[in-house]
Amino acid sequence: MIPLSWYLILAAILFGVGLFGVLARKNVIAILLGIELMLNAVNINLLAFWRYLTPEDVTGQIFTVMVFVVAAAEVAVGLALVISVWRRRATAYADELDLLKW
Amino acid sequence: MEPIQIVFLIGAALVVVSAVMVVTRRNLIHAALYLILTLFGVAVIFVLLQAYYWAVIQVVVYIGAIAILIIMAIMVTRDVTGETVEPFNRNLIGAALLGVMAAGVLIWSLSDWPGFSALAPAAETGEIVVQDLGVQLFSAEGYLLPTILASVLLLAALIAAIRIAFPNETEEDN
Amino acid sequence: MELNDLLIWLLPVPPLLAFFVILLLANRSNRASWMIGVGAAALSFLGSMVVFVRALGTEHLGEHPLGSSLDWLPLNGGFFRIGVMVDPLSAVVLFFVAITVLMIFIYSVGYHNWGQPKGDHDQKGLPPHGATVEVHGHKHVVPSIEPMFARFFAFIGLFAFGMFTLVLADNLLLLFIGWEIMGLCSYLLIGFWYGKPSARDAMIKAFMTTRVGDVFMLLGIALLYTTTGTLSFRAILFDESVLTVLASADSHVLGFSVAGLAGILLFIGTVGKSAQFPLHVWLPDAMEGPTPVSAMIHAAAMVSAGVYMIIRMFPLMAAGMDHGHLTSPMLAMAAIGAFTALFAATIALAQNDIKRVLAYSTISQLGYMVAALGIGAYVAAAFHLVTHAFFKALLFLGSGSVIHGMEHGVLHTSNHHVDPQDMYNMGGLRSKMPRTFWTFLIGGLALSGFPLVTAGFWSKDEILADAWAHGHLIVFAFLAIAAFLTAFYTMRQITLTFLGKPRTKEAEHAHETSLWMTAPLMVLSVFAIGFGWVGIPEKFPILGGFSNNWFHHFIGHSLPEWLYAEAPEFSWVPLGVSLVVALGGLGLGYLVYRNVPSAEEDPLRKALGPLHRVLQNKYYFDEAYDFLFIRSSRWLAEQFVFLIMDRKLIDGLLHLVARVTFWLGGIFRNYFDIPVINQFIGDTLGGAVPQWFGKQLRKVQTGVVQTYMILAMLVAFGGLFIFMFITR
Repeated sequence: MIPLSWYLILAAILFGVGLFGVLARKNVIAILLGIELMLNAVNINLLAFWRYLTPEDVTGQIFTVMVFVVAAAEVAVGLALVISVWRRRATAYADELDLLKW
Repeated sequence: MEPIQIVFLIGAALVVVSAVMVVTRRNLIHAALYLILTLFGVAVIFVLLQAYYWAVIQVVVYIGAIAILIIMAIMVTRDVTGETVEPFNRNLIGAALLGVMAAGVLIWSLSDWPGFSALAPAAETGEIVVQDLGVQLFSAEGYLLPTILASVLLLAALIAAIRIAFPNETEEDN
Repeated sequence: MELNDLLIWLLPVPPLLAFFVILLLANRSNRASWMIGVGAAALSFLGSMVVFVRALGTEHLGEHPLGSSLDWLPLNGGFFRIGVMVDPLSAVVLFFVAITVLMIFIYSVGYHNWGQPKGDHDQKGLPPHGATVEVHGHKHVVPSIEPMFARFFAFIGLFAFGMFTLVLADNLLLLFIGWEIMGLCSYLLIGFWYGKPSARDAMIKAFMTTRVGDVFMLLGIALLYTTTGTLSFRAILFDESVLTVLASADSHVLGFSVAGLAGILLFIGTVGKSAQFPLHVWLPDAMEGPTPVSAMIHAAAMVSAGVYMIIRMFPLMAAGMDHGHLTSPMLAMAAIGAFTALFAATIALAQNDIKRVLAYSTISQLGYMVAALGIGAYVAAAFHLVTHAFFKALLFLGSGSVIHGMEHGVLHTSNHHVDPQDMYNMGGLRSKMPRTFWTFLIGGLALSGFPLVTAGFWSKDEILADAWAHGHLIVFAFLAIAAFLTAFYTMRQITLTFLGKPRTKEAEHAHETSLWMTAPLMVLSVFAIGFGWVGIPEKFPILGGFSNNWFHHFIGHSLPEWLYAEAPEFSWVPLGVSLVVALGGLGLGYLVYRNVPSAEEDPLRKALGPLHRVLQNKYYFDEAYDFLFIRSSRWLAEQFVFLIMDRKLIDGLLHLVARVTFWLGGIFRNYFDIPVINQFIGDTLGGAVPQWFGKQLRKVQTGVVQTYMILAMLVAFGGLFIFMFITR
């Protein structure tokens, strides 16, 4: 039997790695990859809690549905933004997209 | 150590190692391919959680759609795979610290919680759960409203994605 | 699974494979493409014949059809089964589909000018314009090969796959899949020459119009599934208790029973697919596609599919029928079918385009079948479906051959203003194109129901006899008049095209087409004559003894026991009527159009006066739909949604918010900022402090999103820290 803690630790590590990717990578698409990792960590958590705490209730899975939906929407819009930015500014590096700089 | 624990450890190692590869590879295509590996590992974890439906969805939606979409986008913006360019920005160390801190704080704050090392109760899984999920998603007593909101969100994202990615002549003139 | 059942499963596969192989591998080579395409059609044809012969040899095929099914979709407490089935009806339909499809494939090789040189300035998406070749220092213009030759064979391969799937399906869902594949293919093929704006419009029109019907059909399927829990033909149609329940259950829609509502919804699908009034508008425009496509859509596949579906679902339509008392779906079919038969025939009278005449005649003949089914003449409808497929495929391919011959003339004179499809530019082609003429004549006579010899006579006669015998006199009258008009315009077409003297130089230089095109015509003309003989009524004087009405006994048994009806008693009245209208129409058509020199002097124009213009413009249906649906929704979008909703209401609200805020800002400035802040703090200090803060804080605003994120994370960790250690 696997204790709940294993899943939670795995999810926390995955979240940390994803967060690192989001904060440190230059490329916008790489940032999106990091976000995907973080969302997956969330999903592991949700499903683990569902399985260990309320297996007779579907609420945990409903939240997973929502996370999937948000992930799909986020990738679609995010990549569209990347392509649009690429077309106009010929760059995909987050630190070059600083029109809002003081 | 039980066999199932070994399976978990293999899956978890796959997830963590390939996730680290995702955030460190210079070549974005490689990073995206490692992402697919990570997602597979997560699917394995889902199977261990007896969330079979979600394992399938993970493969179909994440690997089948999202990962492929990402690879497409990488190809469209091709010369940014940038193997020669430094992949990290100036915040490398700060970001690494924050990542470690996030994981550490999460684990540490949860470790006090009494249910931390609970074992799974026996539960019905499989088809009945999926059926229940479907009923709950689409019944008014269940979660019909969030479902509809989610679908509206998807539609909006779809339209927005098309609109944003569409080349617009009038704007190019400006 | 038994080997023979496996063969049935495999029948649709070769054309599908051909589609993929041509599309993915062979699209560079025209030779490989047509060989793969025709080879696949031939394989399916051979397999179909084997299955057909086996079906003939099976005792009680109606009760125990061939075929098998598999578990497909796991559902709550069971599986949705999917399978193939060959009962008498599908065996016969399979027979004509396999033959016509193969003939159309072979014909296409010639039609797209296989073996001719590449065109001088042909472009993809436009019909070939011809190529110049030098023979003995002499320049000639000859037809050039279709620029998208390979693609055509890929598309019709997919089309054939859809049709085979539909015919062999043993449940409504699989049938619907085949149905939709054909919808897609008709879209692709009608717009095959996508460089022509008219073809683009026609493809969209065809797709959108049939879509209207398909949505209703899908609703009907869903209704059937929710009430019965199955879509299998055997389970619904052959179980009398299910049908009784369906017929007595109230659907809560307009007082229909569930069977009635489902029947009507399915029938609307047929109205779209088989181009019945009021969704007939797409079919004439579908003539924009290459001629083999027209034959495919109008004879072998699409429109036949619509009629096939309602014939297949007939027990459902008839569920709850008392003796002679028609159910509501049947009433709808009888009314719409009879009306369409007459209505389309009148339009066909005034058309000058050789293919358009045939298009309207198709609509009219389909109306025949629908009306026949509406009055319960199940076998007659199926019979006419088969014979019509043969002679209409023949006529379409023949007209394509004529057009090809005319294009030859056009290339010769290089006068490109001459429309090679206008019948008034033809005339006297009989001697120029003898093979085309004789086969076209056979097809035309079959269409008009030339007595005793042609297949069209026997099937039409059976419909009329059924209508008469069961006392549906209005339907009988409509169909009889339509038959007269059919004979008349068919003879008009033959006379204008083939008889008399050439009206233009192009017609003088018309040329017989290659054997690729004429050989299929000859094969089809054999069936256009011979197939009628399998359905001669038993009591028919003299001839009846030869065939024993084999067709009726064979097809009739694909109905459940309680619906099976013997062939109507022989009566002289419908026979006399059908003799008179066929011969009268043909004779009159010849007499009137013997010597008509040009379209302006069309005798009908004088005879009908302004009505002729109405007919020529198809009763202004396109204009009416344009006004009703297109303009009105555009008006709604422009005038109502844009001007009122968007500009006035939504923008108005926003402007209101802006004004209110502006006004609030003004008050704030006048009554607080100027008198209070400026007075008490003063300009110097009041400016310097915010400026200093601004200078220090602006460094945070790097414009890089990740910096903001790190800041946010730090704040979050700080908050967590406070929460965990200080407030605890």
